[in-house]
Amino acid sequence: MSQHHIVPLSVYFRVFALLMLMTVATVGVAYVDLGWGNTPVALAIALFKASIVILFFMHVRYNTPLMWLYAAAGFFWLLILLVLTMQDYYTRGWEGAPVEFLKANPTPF
Amino acid sequence: MSDTHTGALNHQFDSLEQQYAAANMGMWAFIIQEILFFGGLFGAYTVYRNEYHDAFVAGSHHLDIGLGTFNTVVLIGSSLTMALAVRCAQQGRKEGIFRWIIGTMILGAIFLGVKVIEYTEKYHHHLIPGPGFIWDGPDPGPMKIFYSLYFCMTGMHALHMVIGIGIMLWLLPKVRRGIYTNDYYTPIENFGLYWHFVDIVWIFLFPLLYLIGGRHH
Repeated sequence: MSQHHIVPLSVYFRVFALLMLMTVATVGVAYVDLGWGNTPVALAIALFKASIVILFFMHVRYNTPLMWLYAAAGFFWLLILLVLTMQDYYTRGWEGAPVEFLKANPTPF
Repeated sequence: MSDTHTGALNHQFDSLEQQYAAANMGMWAFIIQEILFFGGLFGAYTVYRNEYHDAFVAGSHHLDIGLGTFNTVVLIGSSLTMALAVRCAQQGRKEGIFRWIIGTMILGAIFLGVKVIEYTEKYHHHLIPGPGFIWDGPDPGPMKIFYSLYFCMTGMHALHMVIGIGIMLWLLPKVRRGIYTNDYYTPIENFGLYWHFVDIVWIFLFPLLYLIGGRHH
């Protein structure tokens, strides 16, 4: 057990500094008008932040290939959940279903 | 797992290393189902945000970006203190584990305190979905959906943090008693994974709820 990789303190502090920098960046970029680009940029920054948390804080970077595969599988399944749900919503015209209802009942609940 | 369990090899495993890897993988299996659990909420959010984009932008601009940013910093800070607690566990430094877990709990409590301030403010502005909901702007119906998702997603996230603080309260006396050594610290490591996961959920919630469509209007 003692052979587990002990990550140098400097790595944790550098990852933390990068996360802080990215937080400032995501708030800062929200004040810049990028048109439709604001959301993709915000999501890209969030994905980057999540990745370094997973790799360094959650030690996946130092773990076995099996753990890499395992962690990646979780996000692959999330992708299946979201992509297959959205392809249903955006090909069947379901997403507009409550509109008429909401127009008839402005405060339905 | 009894308190007397200090990492002795259980008979179904070949080695301590294998036993550790199995526990680690089990924790990841739990985290993966948590990803999918929150995934359903993010899916609902995506559908309604695309349908009622204007209401979501207006709702988002109604949230306090300062408090949201502050909480993001606090929660990422608590991830750092948790990572340092696990590092102390790897080195068998009991006092270090104890200190950093206390630090993580304090930061977690600050986050929840700010959340209480935000929820109270929404309550006073009649923005809790239900019979008392009042929105004078356009799209009151879609606005109610935005706030339903806001309270559902941040509430579920906050519940995970409350549970996390509860688990830390449970871990602390065991740390004090010196149960965790550099040969056996699996519960600390696995709790760290849980706490970092909760941090990651917030890393996505923050831009998706507070920064919709930018803040440049």
